[in-house]
Amino acid sequence: MTMELVIKKAGMLTSVQDLGRWGYQSSGVPVAGAMDLPALRLGNVMLGNPEGTAALEVTLLGPEIEVRGSGAAVFAGADLGFTVNGKAVGSWRAVVLNDGDVITFKGPKGNGCRGNLCFAGGVDILPVMNSLSTYIRAKIGGVEGRALKIGDVIKIGEPAALWKKLEGFCLPEDLDPAHDAGAPLAIITGLQEDAFTEEGKKTLFESEYTITAESDRMGCRLEGAKIEHTEKGADIVSDAIPLGAVQIPGHGMPIIMLADRQTTGGYTKIGVLTPLSMEALVQKMPGSKVRFRRADVSEGAAEQMKIKESVRRIKELRLSHVSRTHSEAPKPLSGHFTLTVEGKRYEITCEEI
Amino acid sequence: MSLYIKDPKYLTAGESCVVVEFADEIDRGANDAVMNLKKHLLTQKDIPIVECLPTYRSLAVYFDPTVVSADEVVSAAKSAPEFDGGDGQALFAEISIPVCYGGEYGPDIANVAEHAGITEEEVIKRHSAKSCHCYMIGFMPGFAYLGGMDESIATPRLTNPRTVINGGSVGIAGKQTGIYPIDSPGGWQLIGRTPLRLFTPEASRPTLIEAGYEVRFVPVTEEEYKKIEAEVAAGTYQPLITEAK
Repeated sequence: MTMELVIKKAGMLTSVQDLGRWGYQSSGVPVAGAMDLPALRLGNVMLGNPEGTAALEVTLLGPEIEVRGSGAAVFAGADLGFTVNGKAVGSWRAVVLNDGDVITFKGPKGNGCRGNLCFAGGVDILPVMNSLSTYIRAKIGGVEGRALKIGDVIKIGEPAALWKKLEGFCLPEDLDPAHDAGAPLAIITGLQEDAFTEEGKKTLFESEYTITAESDRMGCRLEGAKIEHTEKGADIVSDAIPLGAVQIPGHGMPIIMLADRQTTGGYTKIGVLTPLSMEALVQKMPGSKVRFRRADVSEGAAEQMKIKESVRRIKELRLSHVSRTHSEAPKPLSGHFTLTVEGKRYEITCEEI
Repeated sequence: MSLYIKDPKYLTAGESCVVVEFADEIDRGANDAVMNLKKHLLTQKDIPIVECLPTYRSLAVYFDPTVVSADEVVSAAKSAPEFDGGDGQALFAEISIPVCYGGEYGPDIANVAEHAGITEEEVIKRHSAKSCHCYMIGFMPGFAYLGGMDESIATPRLTNPRTVINGGSVGIAGKQTGIYPIDSPGGWQLIGRTPLRLFTPEASRPTLIEAGYEVRFVPVTEEEYKKIEAEVAAGTYQPLITEAK
């Protein structure tokens, strides 16, 4: 039996997201997808899902959900007080859900502002352009292209075998992305780096910037010392905007381009954040201070390898968890059986020895 | 502003993207080089590419750095056959877009006629006389950046933009012409409307016009417009696309 989720309260901004709608940027369709991508991947593999399975992205104040049927879930991301039937579960811990269970969120505990509520089997909605990600601005994907609202009923797909054994499966502590909040964010410089003066680059890498309240799924806007462009200015003929691009328009304040960024844009970009710096950034609250340092392509690629390795390790740990609980609570195969093979009847007796 | 079509720049764009840039200005030859490189990379089966995004003057190549390195992607790009570039011929395809001009479909055609000092009929003639080149798709899903409109009908945007413009509306903004793919606000001078759906999210091919296409506007009567509209709604309309040899 599969599971359905009945949305009782929508939460601040809850939407269906997967790894994003890749392959359609040349049609002008933004990628969208989960803001905290590594968390989504890890959460999914904890449940035996393919790593790109769609989940509910929860922002700061989570939804209230009533469960119909049964299944398993994990909250992958910052601790937003994930609770089942009034009992705190927290992040990175698998929980088995039963018919009538109520999921609530008690509020952010201070280590970040979003996460992915992953279910074994994943959100089961028809994909649009090969993705379930919601892109609210163009009303594409997810539930009618919008954030969840009261009364929505969301179907969950067929879970992987042995999902009932997932209860209590936790992410190993060393893989928990509890971020060093003070660590500078790493920018792989490139793109229009030469559109900035030496003084301008020095400003970026030596100053502290504050995340403003205007930040959203599209971009993280920063405020601080003005970054100086060369005499060529801040405008370029529109080109591609990669995820994590550090765009600096004429006002000299960086905007870091996030999941819902446009495919193309006409402002200078000094570089692109590494994947783990992106993960740290998307968990920061408005008002947080950030600093930057330089990185190169090999550092970014190494981080991608590290995330891939974590995914591989969790797959192994999940298998050993479900098979261990399997053998620790054995249903002994004992008693009398009658077996018919090719017309012949066999009487079999099994006993524990 | 400069062109470097023969000696493109390979720009670092994070660990999962390389941007190959042929110019820092809008140039047809550079755009043809972009399309040529895209075509080449999509045939390189041993270089797994997530997605290629062509823009006016550069190609962004997205890849998975745990499977292929940025250096390998750059080498694959460098192996593209030399492109003679810039002959202004359709490299990929020409698409015909039927447009019902004027009246309720193009309420601003009189503005354009007045600005150019010509009749409305002449505006239609000049707008549909030669094809426009689609440099890229962006700004909103399915929005084609077209170049090459007859400059004699260039008209400034409306001073007071509309809050809602019907998807399919064909407009002029300065020297640019374009089609609104979906209902949206905007300030373009509307001269007509096409019954075709430029952006259909649920279709296997969500956008009708692709970067690199030549776009030809074909004037149709209101009667023909309604007939095509009904065919589009019924899913029986086949857009006229002529593939290049």
